Amino acid sequence: MKEFTFERFARAADAAGAVAARPGAMFLAGGTTLVDLMKIDVLTPDTVVDVRPLGLSGIDVWDHAISVGAAVTNSQLAWHPVVRDRYPVLAEAILAGATTQIRNMATVAGNILQRTRCSYFRDVHASCNRRQPGSGCDAIDGFNRGHAVLGVSEHCIATHPSDMCVGLAVLDAVVHTVRADGSARSIPFGEFHHVPGDTPHVEFALEYGELITHLVIPNLPAARRSHYLKVRDRASYEFALASAAVVLDLDGDTIRAARLGLGGIATKPWRATEAEQSLTGRKASDATFRDAAEIALAGAVAREHNHFKIELAKRAIVRAFANAREAKV
Amino acid sequence: MGVRTTLRVNDTTHELFVDPRLTLLDALRDTLGLTGTKKGCDQGACGACTVIIGGQRVLSCLTLAAACEGQHVVTIEGLATGDELHPMQAAFLHCDGFQCGYCTPGQILSAVCAVQEVHAGVPSHVTPDVRHTVNSATLTDEEIRERMSGNLCRCAAYPNIVAAVRQVLLNEPRS
Repeated sequence: MKEFTFERFARAADAAGAVAARPGAMFLAGGTTLVDLMKIDVLTPDTVVDVRPLGLSGIDVWDHAISVGAAVTNSQLAWHPVVRDRYPVLAEAILAGATTQIRNMATVAGNILQRTRCSYFRDVHASCNRRQPGSGCDAIDGFNRGHAVLGVSEHCIATHPSDMCVGLAVLDAVVHTVRADGSARSIPFGEFHHVPGDTPHVEFALEYGELITHLVIPNLPAARRSHYLKVRDRASYEFALASAAVVLDLDGDTIRAARLGLGGIATKPWRATEAEQSLTGRKASDATFRDAAEIALAGAVAREHNHFKIELAKRAIVRAFANAREAKV
Repeated sequence: MGVRTTLRVNDTTHELFVDPRLTLLDALRDTLGLTGTKKGCDQGACGACTVIIGGQRVLSCLTLAAACEGQHVVTIEGLATGDELHPMQAAFLHCDGFQCGYCTPGQILSAVCAVQEVHAGVPSHVTPDVRHTVNSATLTDEEIRERMSGNLCRCAAYPNIVAAVRQVLLNEPRS
């Protein structure tokens, strides 16, 4: 591991200022992404600023929303009684990921900022446009069974690996930040992550040194009927091959409104808005859900080893909506 | 540049001066000589390095020692009270929950926390409804396996590990 200076500050704006003032500085929260990638030299910061002393670790509950501090751990968020009651899809998504040890360490902001698990990104001897712009993409003609079919480009097909983010995507969370000059701003979740396009190395809508302080998740009564379904080779402790987060607002057996997020198959936490809109007013049958799934995956682009994900994702969508329909709320 | 770090491990407080790159795992094993915590994969994939910090089970291989300032770390060496084994240690012996023993310290610490989490009623990935509160009397084997899924065992002692966890769940009074 490359040598670095370790620092901590008492105030969020000071931490942001410290990173902004030092090239090659990064924030450290739970360490499950940063320490992992520093060990294999994918990330080589000169300065690491520990954000956990900043006290961004509360969950505030209001009628119209909940506010979640950036340093709240994945476990704390998933186990919170209000999250389990109001946003079951989010609790389910978090609990589907990693292991209890990792969820106890990983923070909410860290989960949002986690990097792809693409084996070529993680191997400094491989060509990777995300890690080294212009160097090529070994995944496109390589072993790409786990790679993305949505949001891909000729330069990068890396999957966004998070489960929690798919839940946040369907709940229209808002990311709140502070910058080095002390100014605050908010970024809608759907605008926070970028698809690779021509610039796979540009992953987030953050300025250098900008620090996430908290998320706000607006209240959504329909989210009481919501569900996260994850498909993977193993029963636990593995990333998704395909996953679906659904919210279903029913009036009898007619769909008033629906929301659909997809994981394991896209280059960013995916919101299938066209598929969602197609469900409004239709009967909540498996055939209806299948029609929406076809729309959601219509733009999918497969490579040599991941074509199976297209049909797998469609079936995951149907099963997730069917589970939500059958839920007792 | 080194970082001054005050670290409480089990019932001893240590004043350390550490390279920022030092993981908690290496600090425990190499600096403090507490070799009960094992290095399996050193990349957060196996759970052999599991320790308890602030009452929560975590992976010491992905934790920087410098980031543990002021925290209380419990390792396998800190579970027993003198010669009296912790109930989970006794259960692993009684149920023969190990073969080579390499994953065992991590399994035991992880299991201690898993039992506390069950007593707190929190759900897991396999709990049918996340709104429900689980309890130790009705917890399924599937639930125990899911809650322990962060600790791999290449000797496949899993059935007996599950039995040890169940023994403690059924016998240990709620804290």
